[in-house]
Amino acid sequence: MAGRTGIEVSLALSEAVKMADADVIAAYPITPQTHIVEHLAELVADGHLDAEFVPVESEHSAMSACVGSSAAGARTFTATSSQGLALMHEILYMAPALRLPIILAVANRALSAPISIWNDHSDIMAERDTGWIQLFAENGQEVFDLTLQAFRIGEDPQVLLPVAVNLDGFTLSHVIEPVVFPEQKVVDQFLPVYRPKVRLDPAKPVSMGVFGIPEIYTETKRATEAALLDSKAVILRVWDEFEALFGRKYRPIETYRAEDADTLLVAMGSVSETAMTAVDEMRAEGKKVGLVRIRLWRPFPDEEFKAAVAKARVLGVVDRSITPGSHAGPVFMEIRSLLYALPERPAVFGFSLGLGGRDVTRENFKYIYDQCQVLEDTGQDRYEMVGVME
Amino acid sequence: MTADALKDFQKLTAKTLPAEDMFAPGHRACQGCGEVLALRLLMKAVGPEAIAVSATGCMEVVSSTFPQTSWRVPWIHVAFENAAAAASGVEAGFKVMRRKGRIPDKKTAILAIAGDGGTADIGLQALSGALERGHDFVYICLDNEAYMNTGIQRSSSTPYGAMTTTSPPGKHSPLGQVTWKKNMPAIAAAHNIPYVATASPAYHLDMMNKVRKAVAIPGPAYVHIFSPCPTGWRMRPELSIESARLVVQTRAFPLYEVINGRYILNRKVSKPKPLKEYFQQQGRFRHLDDKAIAEIEARLHAEYDKIARLAAEGGPVKEEKEE
Repeated sequence: MAGRTGIEVSLALSEAVKMADADVIAAYPITPQTHIVEHLAELVADGHLDAEFVPVESEHSAMSACVGSSAAGARTFTATSSQGLALMHEILYMAPALRLPIILAVANRALSAPISIWNDHSDIMAERDTGWIQLFAENGQEVFDLTLQAFRIGEDPQVLLPVAVNLDGFTLSHVIEPVVFPEQKVVDQFLPVYRPKVRLDPAKPVSMGVFGIPEIYTETKRATEAALLDSKAVILRVWDEFEALFGRKYRPIETYRAEDADTLLVAMGSVSETAMTAVDEMRAEGKKVGLVRIRLWRPFPDEEFKAAVAKARVLGVVDRSITPGSHAGPVFMEIRSLLYALPERPAVFGFSLGLGGRDVTRENFKYIYDQCQVLEDTGQDRYEMVGVME
Repeated sequence: MTADALKDFQKLTAKTLPAEDMFAPGHRACQGCGEVLALRLLMKAVGPEAIAVSATGCMEVVSSTFPQTSWRVPWIHVAFENAAAAASGVEAGFKVMRRKGRIPDKKTAILAIAGDGGTADIGLQALSGALERGHDFVYICLDNEAYMNTGIQRSSSTPYGAMTTTSPPGKHSPLGQVTWKKNMPAIAAAHNIPYVATASPAYHLDMMNKVRKAVAIPGPAYVHIFSPCPTGWRMRPELSIESARLVVQTRAFPLYEVINGRYILNRKVSKPKPLKEYFQQQGRFRHLDDKAIAEIEARLHAEYDKIARLAAEGGPVKEEKEE
């Protein structure tokens, strides 16, 4: 399939898992993740991918089986959405703690109630603190590339952490996009066979998942977090290697027409494509506006983000979820907290929108731009829920 | 496949017991713990070519306090309700890595080990899924008939009439537990898996051989092991083995196998001892009067008879003598 092909993004993701020669896929169906696992089941059934496809009876068991297979030393993949990710919640913490590079695709979807199958980021934001490396894709090519990169990053001996690749449910997972597929031999060069030094091996017994008394629990958590923070250097190195082999450049933070902007929109995921169009239209009206897109959410790229917004006067941060009872959504909170200690910093305002599949439009971004100009004078410190019918 | 696997099955005897222990001494279990004894013996029976997956519970806690471990085989603990699911993943990983030539092409026993709460309650869904999918693994339920690790709360495997901290006998409800013990071996057998067995550490060779058979037979196997808990049962520690024997001799816990759907009653109890003999050693049954005990006894005999009938349907009852 090498070359540029029009393909549904979910299928492109599955093709990346195939090209990565995953050993075990344990998954449970949930909309809008289904096309990913259906295609993987087909690839296994047709003999294109030599993997064990474990059709588990729940997402809790999906992540549990992934922990088992990754601990056994197998390259392991799963995918889910929304309630499924929430059901995995308990086990998500085990993967980083046991240093298991499980790769998880999340076709982001709202959480019940009311039940909604449509896109927002409330599923993954509820898993923010589980210790996973978390990446957000903008388009189909990026979904394919990030999935390949996720295996390489997670399995790096310096990292050994699980990686979640986030793609917006339906608005990205179910659209057909042009994707450039590499030659298998280039993928093999980029991603060697996974051979962990420590695994469940009767020739070299180890105990995993042991009981941590108060004297060691803090240090264990510290060590795992250090690994997550240190992973950024490896992520940057892997992205350099990827660029050399595949010709596409990846950085933790992307900017669009940001160089001379006084107002910057900040977004994650596929809405940034809409935001770029809005930026172009506002630029045509003479507004000095640009876009900052966060690709690497965990570990958060503090320095890269600070550098990207250093010259801006005001930031309008988009959240695709809310933090009920708080003044700020998770992305807004992250950014304002990060910038607070700087002597010179932009004003930061937060906007939650696009919840449960509500369309995110160019007009939304223009509204956010306008609000940013007004709010500077009012000192507004709470986030605003955009587009609510009162 | 089952018949092939059992054709060359070598029974362990008192003379051929392996000297090597895969579960090391020095663990933190209570004095007289029947569960850790069963665990040590079954791990001895399985030997070094094994991976153990433990659910959260007493055996996990007493064996793995960092930086010490009792496990001489590779061991993993993930959570309470997912031993069967985690073991499915280990099995799938081994299978594919063997196929791809990344690990030696030999059988490694994959064991999932959980208590009765981790099996009959919170872990039942994961267990059912793993049995249905047909993974080549052995699920071992070490049944001490309550949530002992958290302080003796009732489970669905707690017997009728037993006192626990969440089924206390009181003025309004004098019996304690008022539900009958969930029949886990029957639930496992209903998945049409090749091997299901019950065992008691008082009949240790029978128990060890059942675990070895479960490993030898390809596909899922379920072994339900009665595991006395002196602490939780309010029983003198030195009575642990005796209670594990009396439970069989009173017909309260029949020893049987279900091999490819065929029931085999391993110990025929023609002249059952009075249930009261078993109950009176344990404080958890102290509040029961003779009438209540008689009712329980009648029900347990009926359940034993049902197993005996199922075994009779499959051919003559096979009785095995303890070495």
